[in-house]
Amino acid sequence: MTMATRTLDVAAIRKDFPIFETGIAYLDSANTSQRPKQVTGAMLDYFEKFNSNIHRAAYRIAEEATVRYEATREKVRAFINAASTKEIIYTRGTTEAINLVAYSWGRRNIRSGDLIVLTILDHHSNIVPWQILAAEKDAKIEYVDIDERGELRQDQLAALLARGPKLVAFNLVSNALGTINPARDMVAAAKKAGATVLVDGAQSTPHQPVDVRALGCDFYAFSGHKMLGPTGAGILYGRRELLEAMDPFMAGGDMIKAVRVEGTTYHDLPWKFEAGTQAIAEVIGLGAAVDYLGGLGMDAVRAHELEITEYAYEALSDVEGLTVYGPPPSRRAGVISFSLDGIHPHDLATIADRDQVCLRAGHHCAMPLMTRLGIPATARASFYVYTLKEEVDRLVSSIGEAQRIFA
Amino acid sequence: MATADDQFYREYILDHYKNPRNYGRLENPDISHEEDNPLCGDVVGMDFRVNEGVIEDIRFHGRGCAISQAAASLLTERLKGLPLEEAKKINKDDVLGELGIEISPARIKCALLSLKVLKVGAYGLAGDDEE
Repeated sequence: MTMATRTLDVAAIRKDFPIFETGIAYLDSANTSQRPKQVTGAMLDYFEKFNSNIHRAAYRIAEEATVRYEATREKVRAFINAASTKEIIYTRGTTEAINLVAYSWGRRNIRSGDLIVLTILDHHSNIVPWQILAAEKDAKIEYVDIDERGELRQDQLAALLARGPKLVAFNLVSNALGTINPARDMVAAAKKAGATVLVDGAQSTPHQPVDVRALGCDFYAFSGHKMLGPTGAGILYGRRELLEAMDPFMAGGDMIKAVRVEGTTYHDLPWKFEAGTQAIAEVIGLGAAVDYLGGLGMDAVRAHELEITEYAYEALSDVEGLTVYGPPPSRRAGVISFSLDGIHPHDLATIADRDQVCLRAGHHCAMPLMTRLGIPATARASFYVYTLKEEVDRLVSSIGEAQRIFA
Repeated sequence: MATADDQFYREYILDHYKNPRNYGRLENPDISHEEDNPLCGDVVGMDFRVNEGVIEDIRFHGRGCAISQAAASLLTERLKGLPLEEAKKINKDDVLGELGIEISPARIKCALLSLKVLKVGAYGLAGDDEE
């Protein structure tokens, strides 16, 4: 573990986010983050100064658009330490990235009787594409369970790996419980067992340093909108030899080299997977978000979130009738899922909303996990670079208000 | 803050939530139907005893937020003793009017879950394809 060398100047950071002038306490960053002026500004620049299509036109502003659009690829490559920009595929987000792998890699490599290993912590976006593939190919899916602390049962993973799965896919950080999975060990074990490994990085990439080569996975997926970027731009990282061997996902313009009536030659990586007019402004915005996070330093981001999470964990644990789900703060990201005796999460969220506290209530797109925990839903508070302890205090006060109303 | 002052969680809504009327199950009901709202995990089910076209007895069960459960409780009070044909005419505005509070778009499904149970259940028994 690297120790944080910098700390975040949260007051300065918050000045970059005009939305906080509204007075909200935004505790739903695991859902979608806020975006700083640097991100919206980069997008506005595109719209107002060089709005045009990329890869197609010979005039100056189109070149500018292409350069800025492609520049994000190198920023992302460096951010996750991939070997080459050819391994960085733009998608709409994590969901599309995983669907791309399920379709292009899965259809060619998963066969009847094959085993796919997922976990009970996975988000629907890392379950449903595999269920569809498994149904189509008559493959089998097994799920690694959690222990009473909400951490994956590594003994179960080992037993499933002994059965020689074709694919192992899991999230590095659980969006519902915040559990940080021991991804490096899990990937190493899965690779040793001969599996292809996909890591869902939707909740890890925004919050901690990521090094896909050190991680050793074959695919890594994440979304821009959870890491200060806009919606509609996300990334699939894939090891080059795998991507080279894969069929395209979407077909159409811009993913081809030559189209003849007899057939088509596909474009080189990464463009083979990027058909049609792309989310140009959004990709440029994502590049600005990566710059912003890089400027803060991901070690400092993690350190700040850990401090807030420890503070919130303690404050919430002190509330009578409140149950926190998941592991202790040191092994969780900036996410706290909880329930209150006698008060449904939706009612709490409604009451919190009246105090301008934005709180998520629901199953967090992790219904198998909710079923496993025997609860229909939880309330969830999640934190980011701009979160203040004072916002946690406002949550605790809203909880008190809800308890007074429902007493 | 006194609960009576609350514009949303009015006293009668909290009362129906904490002390639901007609709560439980009926043995051998003529109609039994359950619906859920997967997004928030709310569940409401209703058992009806229908005699000569009149809802003679009714029970509901379920779990969920105060709005979904209070709305179900209020609806059963209204339904008890009502001819089934009258019950079918109950609509969204009736249910929202009964709740008597401003329901935001995010909570509308909670408020109308029990109406869905009534509609699907009642029309199912009558074999009526309308609506």
